[in-house]
Amino acid sequence: MLAESATHQTMMIEGDLLHTVTADNISDKRKRFGKLLVWGTALFGLSLALWQFAFETGRVANGFDNWRPVLYAYMLWATALCAAQVIVNGEKGKRTLFVLPAALFVISLVVFPLLFALYISFTDWNLASPNGPQPNGLANVREMWNDEFYWNALKNMVFYVLAVSVEYIIAFGLALLLNSQIRARKFFRVVFLLPLMLSPVAVSWMIGKSMLEVRFGPISRLLREIGIEPSFFGSAEVARFMIMAMDAWTFIPFMMIMLLAGLQALPQEVIEASKVDGATGWQSFKEVIFPLMLPVSVTAIVIRIIFKLKLADIIINVTSGGPGGATDSVTSFIFREYRDRSNVGYGTLLAIVYLILIIIFVTVLLKVVSRWMERPA
Amino acid sequence: MSAIFKDHDSDKPVKRKWWTSRVAIYTALFLWAVICLFPIYWTFTTSFKLAPDVMRGNMVPWWDFTPRWKGWESIGFSPRLIGEVSTVRDEFLKRFWNSTVISLTASFLAVVLGSLAAYGLSRFNYRFGFMKNSDISFFFLSQMILPPVVLALPFLVLYKSLALLDTRVGLILLYTLMVLPIVIWIMRDQFQGIPIELEEAALVDGLGIWGAFLQIVVPIALPGMVAAFILSLVLCWNEYFFAALLTATNSTTLPVMVASQTGSQGINWWSMAALSSAAILPLIVVAIFLEKYIIKGMAAGAVK
Repeated sequence: MLAESATHQTMMIEGDLLHTVTADNISDKRKRFGKLLVWGTALFGLSLALWQFAFETGRVANGFDNWRPVLYAYMLWATALCAAQVIVNGEKGKRTLFVLPAALFVISLVVFPLLFALYISFTDWNLASPNGPQPNGLANVREMWNDEFYWNALKNMVFYVLAVSVEYIIAFGLALLLNSQIRARKFFRVVFLLPLMLSPVAVSWMIGKSMLEVRFGPISRLLREIGIEPSFFGSAEVARFMIMAMDAWTFIPFMMIMLLAGLQALPQEVIEASKVDGATGWQSFKEVIFPLMLPVSVTAIVIRIIFKLKLADIIINVTSGGPGGATDSVTSFIFREYRDRSNVGYGTLLAIVYLILIIIFVTVLLKVVSRWMERPA
Repeated sequence: MSAIFKDHDSDKPVKRKWWTSRVAIYTALFLWAVICLFPIYWTFTTSFKLAPDVMRGNMVPWWDFTPRWKGWESIGFSPRLIGEVSTVRDEFLKRFWNSTVISLTASFLAVVLGSLAAYGLSRFNYRFGFMKNSDISFFFLSQMILPPVVLALPFLVLYKSLALLDTRVGLILLYTLMVLPIVIWIMRDQFQGIPIELEEAALVDGLGIWGAFLQIVVPIALPGMVAAFILSLVLCWNEYFFAALLTATNSTTLPVMVASQTGSQGINWWSMAALSSAAILPLIVVAIFLEKYIIKGMAAGAVK
């Protein structure tokens, strides 16, 4: 029964939703022209790239200043490929044309750079050195293995990701508040949304550098009134907590809005029925609302974790990873590896390793939680 | 009628309970509203303070300090300077203009590419090699987990050889790539909500699939597109990481300008406050007037 409904669902997604009947009569000449267009532009681009490569390696006397013309040739080829879809395949090609531009865009901006990244991560490329990239085998891997700061940054990421659970609880509470019978709901919704609009860089200054300033910041003043001597970025734990708090401040609205949308879509009858049956507020939350909200919650948490894994801006601008690497995220660590030491080869290897770890983590996470999610990612 | 019953002794605890829950709810709401608003209030007021005001911790304008234009003068905006030539203002406006052009273009591109792809994936059957529709969708959405740092260094090198470093075009391409999965996520949801019979009717009436898409589907899906556009706009406007790595002088965006001042100016609070206020002001306006769309965009995909 379950398996049956599962296959039925995939059929729904895979099935041809919009049926079109087409009777294309495409002449051989037209087909040949289309293919010629693609191959011609491809050959042109390829020869241009080869020429430029020969020029840069010194085998040909004249060439272009940079690779820009090759980029134009590539774009010409991409346009030709799109046009050829319609020329060769007619109506079917027009359908392909919906997805093809986006696919080409993503492939050329992700797949090629990733392959390139894979190559430079096994070189000793330092932008400061005049030699350019020299393959150095596994030296970068060995260096990474002994790099305590990188492992420390990874460990910090675990803490940062765990902080999502607290954000979730606060966000859920706020969503419940906004969903209750209150006046001025729109006002509160806009106000609660505002932190999400602010750029992390502005937040770094507004909170991290001015409100938390030890001498004159308002929070420091408040703490001194209570009798605590403020020190926000002195010790490792407090500094990490402060980064978490600032990041939470910006991103709680994000989860809150997803959860609020979930709350508003709940079937009201079920909740009222539980009230009629004598459930107290807490009981109806625990037994009815929370289980019904599970799919939305899981989706919100997964997306939030994915965003959290990119955390960097606030750290770069407030602590630069200090004190002693206690607040470093992987991204901010690699950022400094490049900024301070121009170590492109090593930095890229660290990034690639991070990507692999993320892919493993997210895959496992999705496997574990997908049965509670509304739809597979 | 109800008044008669509510005065009864046995109803009083209920009433008291109702009042306590009201008070608790509004206290929590106001508390969080203060947490959300105070940093913004602090930044705006600080931009009108002088050094002694900051040191004394004065907070309420006209009551414990007199607002001054000093902070805004440092980026060239004040009643005294507005008519004169000001290099700092030109500098700020250049960054502002860069941010505007880059985020508008990137969001527009992403909405166009993303809507087309999302529509195609929600309506037709594809087979690119081994990839079926669900695989293609997954391919697009999986870009969301790609951390920017993986792409940053290869792009640095690639852009250098393509002479795209420190250009707007370079940033636009990257930002489009960054928001594209989010746009596809939102738009797929929107298109699935549009009944297919509409397009079938249009096809029967003689429109092609592109005609049906442009004339029938796009007008219906427009609010969703606006939501996706605004969400992209916010993300692009606030992006810092790529901008910091890939720009130097010509195409620097506002966040980079704000970040570059935080370190150098030390305790120059008023000018930093003015700069931060100016950088966040457009988005606060967007949040207040277009809140509906932002919420719509974020709620899409969370709920079916």
